[in-house]
Amino acid sequence: MMNNSGASAAGSSSGSGEGSAPRRNFKRPKYSRFTQQELPACKPILTPQWVISVFTLVGIIFVPIGVISLMASHDVVEIVDRYDSACIPRNMAKDKVAYIQNAAINKTCNRTLKVLKNMDQPIYVYYQLDNFYQNHRRYVKSRNDAQLRSADEASETSGCDPERTTAGGAPIVPCGLIAWSLFNDTYSFKRGNENVMVNKKGISWKSDRDHKFGKDVYPKNFQNGALIGGAKLDPNKSLSEQEDLIVWMRTAALPTFRKLYGKIEVNLKANDTITVTLENNYNTYSFNGKKKLVLSTTSWLGGKNDFLGIAYLTVGGLCFFLATAFTVVYLVKPRKLGDPSYLSWNRSPLGY
Amino acid sequence: MMKRFVYINDDSSQDSYCDNRISNRKYTLLNFLPKNLWEQFSRFMNQYFLLIACLQLWSLITPVNPASTWGPLIFIFAVSATKEAWDDYNRYLSDKQANEKEVWVVKEGIRKHIQAQDIRVGSIVWLRENDEVPCDLVLIGTSEPQGICYVETAALDGETDLKTRVIPSACIGLAPEQLHKIKGVIECPNPDKDIRRFDANMRLFPPFIDNDLCPLTINNTLLQSCYLRNTEWACGVAVYTGNETKLGMSRGVPEPKLTAVDAMIDKLTGAIFLFQIVVVIVLGFSGNIWKDTEARKQWYVKYPDEGPWYELLIIPLRFELLCSIMIPISIKVSLDLVKSLYAKFIDWDEEMYDNDTNTPSHAANTAISEDLGQVEYILTDKTGTLTENRMIFRRCCISGIVYGNESGDALKDVELLNAVAKNVPDVLRFLTVMTICNTVIPIRSNSGAISYKAQSQDEDALVNAAARLHMVLISKNGNTIGVNFNGSVIQYEILDVLEFTSDRKRMSVVVRDCQNEKILLLSKGADEAIFPCAYPGQQIRTFVDAVEQYAQLGLRTLCLGWRELKDDEYEEWSHMFKEASTALFDREWKLAEVCQRLEHDLEILGVTAIEDRLQDGVPETIETLRKAGINFWMLTGDKQNTAIQIALLCNFISSEPKGQLLFINGKSEDEVVRSLERVLLTMRITSSEPKDLAFVVDGWALEVILKQYREAFTELAILSRTAICCRVTPSQKAQLVELLKSCDYRTLAIGDGGNDVRMIQQADIGVGISGREGLQAARAADYSIGKFRFLKRLILVHGRYSYNRTAFLSQYSFYKSLVICFIQILFSLFSGVSGSSLFNSVSLMAYNVFYTSIPVLTSVLDKDLTEKTVMQHPQILFYCQAGRLLNPSTFAGWFGRSLYHALVVFLISIHAYAGEKCEMEELSMVALSGCIWLQAFVVTLEMNSFTILQHLAIWGNFVAFYVINCIVSTIPSAGMYTIMFRLCKQPSYWITMVLIAAVGMGPVLAIKYFRYTYRSSAINILQQAERSRGIIFSMGTLESQLKSVEKDVASLSITQPKNRNPVYEPLLLSDSPTPTRRSIGSSTFDFFQPAQSRLSTSYSRNCKNN
Repeated sequence: MMNNSGASAAGSSSGSGEGSAPRRNFKRPKYSRFTQQELPACKPILTPQWVISVFTLVGIIFVPIGVISLMASHDVVEIVDRYDSACIPRNMAKDKVAYIQNAAINKTCNRTLKVLKNMDQPIYVYYQLDNFYQNHRRYVKSRNDAQLRSADEASETSGCDPERTTAGGAPIVPCGLIAWSLFNDTYSFKRGNENVMVNKKGISWKSDRDHKFGKDVYPKNFQNGALIGGAKLDPNKSLSEQEDLIVWMRTAALPTFRKLYGKIEVNLKANDTITVTLENNYNTYSFNGKKKLVLSTTSWLGGKNDFLGIAYLTVGGLCFFLATAFTVVYLVKPRKLGDPSYLSWNRSPLGY
Repeated sequence: MMKRFVYINDDSSQDSYCDNRISNRKYTLLNFLPKNLWEQFSRFMNQYFLLIACLQLWSLITPVNPASTWGPLIFIFAVSATKEAWDDYNRYLSDKQANEKEVWVVKEGIRKHIQAQDIRVGSIVWLRENDEVPCDLVLIGTSEPQGICYVETAALDGETDLKTRVIPSACIGLAPEQLHKIKGVIECPNPDKDIRRFDANMRLFPPFIDNDLCPLTINNTLLQSCYLRNTEWACGVAVYTGNETKLGMSRGVPEPKLTAVDAMIDKLTGAIFLFQIVVVIVLGFSGNIWKDTEARKQWYVKYPDEGPWYELLIIPLRFELLCSIMIPISIKVSLDLVKSLYAKFIDWDEEMYDNDTNTPSHAANTAISEDLGQVEYILTDKTGTLTENRMIFRRCCISGIVYGNESGDALKDVELLNAVAKNVPDVLRFLTVMTICNTVIPIRSNSGAISYKAQSQDEDALVNAAARLHMVLISKNGNTIGVNFNGSVIQYEILDVLEFTSDRKRMSVVVRDCQNEKILLLSKGADEAIFPCAYPGQQIRTFVDAVEQYAQLGLRTLCLGWRELKDDEYEEWSHMFKEASTALFDREWKLAEVCQRLEHDLEILGVTAIEDRLQDGVPETIETLRKAGINFWMLTGDKQNTAIQIALLCNFISSEPKGQLLFINGKSEDEVVRSLERVLLTMRITSSEPKDLAFVVDGWALEVILKQYREAFTELAILSRTAICCRVTPSQKAQLVELLKSCDYRTLAIGDGGNDVRMIQQADIGVGISGREGLQAARAADYSIGKFRFLKRLILVHGRYSYNRTAFLSQYSFYKSLVICFIQILFSLFSGVSGSSLFNSVSLMAYNVFYTSIPVLTSVLDKDLTEKTVMQHPQILFYCQAGRLLNPSTFAGWFGRSLYHALVVFLISIHAYAGEKCEMEELSMVALSGCIWLQAFVVTLEMNSFTILQHLAIWGNFVAFYVINCIVSTIPSAGMYTIMFRLCKQPSYWITMVLIAAVGMGPVLAIKYFRYTYRSSAINILQQAERSRGIIFSMGTLESQLKSVEKDVASLSITQPKNRNPVYEPLLLSDSPTPTRRSIGSSTFDFFQPAQSRLSTSYSRNCKNN
């Protein structure tokens, strides 16, 4: 009982004290770790051990990846054949542009390719263009995706300048410079006397066939103008089936690019000789562009490209070098971290 | 000067002035949009962005969808417009509340309830206790029989004490019913904003007696926003209404202050803008050449042979648009956001909360926190800023006898008590002046205890001290004063009050002693204002000595004097006085002149000495901030000796042979100039030596110097780290601030009183102490704090962090914009210099506004060093002061880094994604992800401390990038349909990303490590120390601190006068170890007391020696 009353008295007195204190302190900022900028934080600093181990670790990781990448790239067999100048008859070599623009001349040309290593199917057939600016501002914008997607939007040709409409004002489907300049060289392959089939189905992105190029959109007024750009399209095939167009319309970001022409679905043996019969129709002569035919297998990393492998090996090597260098410097010239005697104001007698 | 005539209670003539509708609104519903847009577009950045956005509408040249600029632009505009609108709406609401408040007004002789907005000039308004005054009124009646009422003016001038207001003499004795019918005219100046002045007069019309002009002063007014207190009712005539009230007129938008960091950012923006123009011209030129030579051969591009006349402009304009992202549109929003957070951190800081006065710190100006970290000069007031402004009567000297020297407290001095008990006439007269010569109001509570309401702390101290000596001021009813001395009540009638002004530096009252009908003039004031008024022949030597002695002790002195007036002399003077006090023009000057005619031939009664204690932690704060390289100037209205003493007490002036005071003074201009030149010469000679010089100058010399020898003084100001300016006026304080600012120094002015307001507003940063002199300074200031010692934290912690964070944030903003821009430029070299964009509109917009803005915002939580370390090593502030973290060379580093990173991202992307893989959308996404990877690592590397929020923002943003792009990749109509999924499935994509990150960050890390370890800045060293051996290190510095203190305490030489050396020495001895003791935290006793007592003993010893 005594105890109890004592406690209550103490409680009441302290209670009244607190009662006045909070009222007095109502302006006191509320404490939280955020408002006081006291959130728990880790403060990593660049210690030699830490930095050296990071570089070593990066080196350890990068060198194997580089080796693997390089091996993947080396596993890829690639045959590249430049044919743009070779396919010009001797007598026309001086005026290539006249040759290519002359529709009367037969442009068929035969090339022989030697397979150096076994090539397992699928073998991808690419054409490679050099110095061709699909990314040119005038070019890359000259298309209309809405028109390609749906038949209802056939007259939607905004952005397609200067290939919007025919001279009579009828909308061109597909409009724009990109479609107009569709690549039109063709290739066929023979191994000895045996025809090697090129599968031209499924060379474009499935998403493009399904969603970007309409199944009910058919070419209209295409390549009807005075100036013929590139390939003509079969007006009875819907755009989603015109895979060459779909591939071509995936514009390349760089002036040197390869586009998929088709797939060869048989294995080619080493020392096989492939005869290519090609129609050299596309004009790259007016701008000195090269044309190449590429047959290539593929790996998990893509086509033949040593860049990643070499880059990884270089970076890994440099990392090892830096790690070593830092270690040597650290051992030769050790420096006490955070020594107050390094502080300028502790050194100078002035104090300021 | 225009006048206004207010006809009291006259309904017919009321329409010539505006009604009482208050409007603080900036906009109306109709003009909001145009006005707000106009304001926003008056900024250069906004004009630039608008121009870019408009150019983008031209589809021929736009590389991207115009939405990528219009979106953020409209967003930014909408945000600031919404903020403005919200503020304005709140102002409208509070206006409406004030306007629709019901008030009692007399209409046609009857009291009616009307809305406050319908009050007209001339209306008679009735107020009850605790009512807010709705407009500026001239008081004509109150419930108190003496015709006084009390008002609280806190909302107007921030002063919390009650002020008395009296009814004009013409209205004395009017019954409440008569007040309904009163007619008359008040002649007053046109509305102005001076809340201390109201020079008007009033004439009542018959039948109301008194055809005389009755003078009106500010004491007869009730100003808008004041509250009526302790008075049952009061009534007054409306003279100014609506926005024409004193409060309404003084409202105004202060000019926005621009921080050094902002100026630097503007400069860098300008540089980037120039760079952009150069890039545009070069690329545009080569683009046109390429077009004419190459593009015409590219038949598939189908360039027309004949272009429009503007053809040459197209490519440069395209590049202008491509490069427009060099200037990040997000930087302004980000900076505004983080700046308001800095301000919030100051508001929230618990350690800057003052328990005694219950005031948290407050950042009224949210835009200038970085400047706190760059302060070079602090100009500080003394009273109330360095000291507590809690006045205690300590000593006095009455007719040559000094009291209180032994005990340090005159109230306990037996000799004085005896003298009072024995009714020594001099002592009694001294006490009488102490009691009566003031404007103190005694308030008797219900229990009978008397408390005093005083506007001046000194007067309060004097009246309280007199009461302790049995001379008690018990009542002040109108003109009658009651004083209780030893049980007997003595009545005095106040005839006139000659008020205190800072120019006159004295105040007097004329009273009639009701016992013997004698008329007395009682004066008190500063020594230099009173001693010249002594009657010829009086020996004032002892008083002068006493004043000097007290001043040396750091006490505030007041001299008291008195004179008996002859009736006819008074009559004659009284006439002049009345005339001067009704003057409408130059009243203050005329009054001062008239007062001078009475205040002469005084008998000096004695000197009072009042102690004003130093605030807690002032010496440590000043020492720390001086170590941080901040120069201190003390600007005070006080006497030279007092100022020097306080300066010594609070580490203002260094000790050792280092410390040397140079005085600039003189009786004539020539002498002043000579001493200025001498001081300047000494400064020049010793500027190379490690000597800490300080110069001392007083107000008069300063006036001469500032008027004619500004250049020499400017040189002196640059050379001198410390200065003490005594007896300076408010405008001189502001002039000094301006002088330092003109030398390109960052100034911080700190003060607490109304006399500091101008200096506070003038300085780059104004800090107000919400102290006892009212809140005036705190209201005018950018930052208000409760105690001087919080300044240390405000500058070293908040200022420094803010600067560091903004420096990083702003440079990073440019860096990330430049990266993406350089990539676009590189790409244009591969796309026929035709101005195509590698990135699509959505990505560009999201990159700038979203992906790269969010993570870096968490730099507001970044702390390079802990607060403790900064406090221990204040020298580290140098990095902020000198702008080491944000200047053209650091910016060049970021510029180079952005170029390097752009090259890394672009070159790796185009090589890894060459040949059959170089599809536009894919390559663009590879490059964009490369940038995002690098951004995450750059922010991580530059951040010094990681809280959970930083991790969330950096890595969360990283994940969000992939999530968002995957989501966009599912939309068939989007350009990048399926792209992200395709990329994520390719091992080569991830390998490329890791390569970009490694190549991009490797050199950055290596260089940073090398500099961190072998070319480390002080910040790095402290970071390392903090990390590795935090505790041992701090102990080590403590020891070195102790050692340096011992070294410091040798002797102090002050050139003038030499013989005072012994006085200063012990003071420093007792004072100097204290900070170190305190920093250990084991001692909590108040260090000031022992210092003071030792000082007093040493002083008396010194006196005896002399």
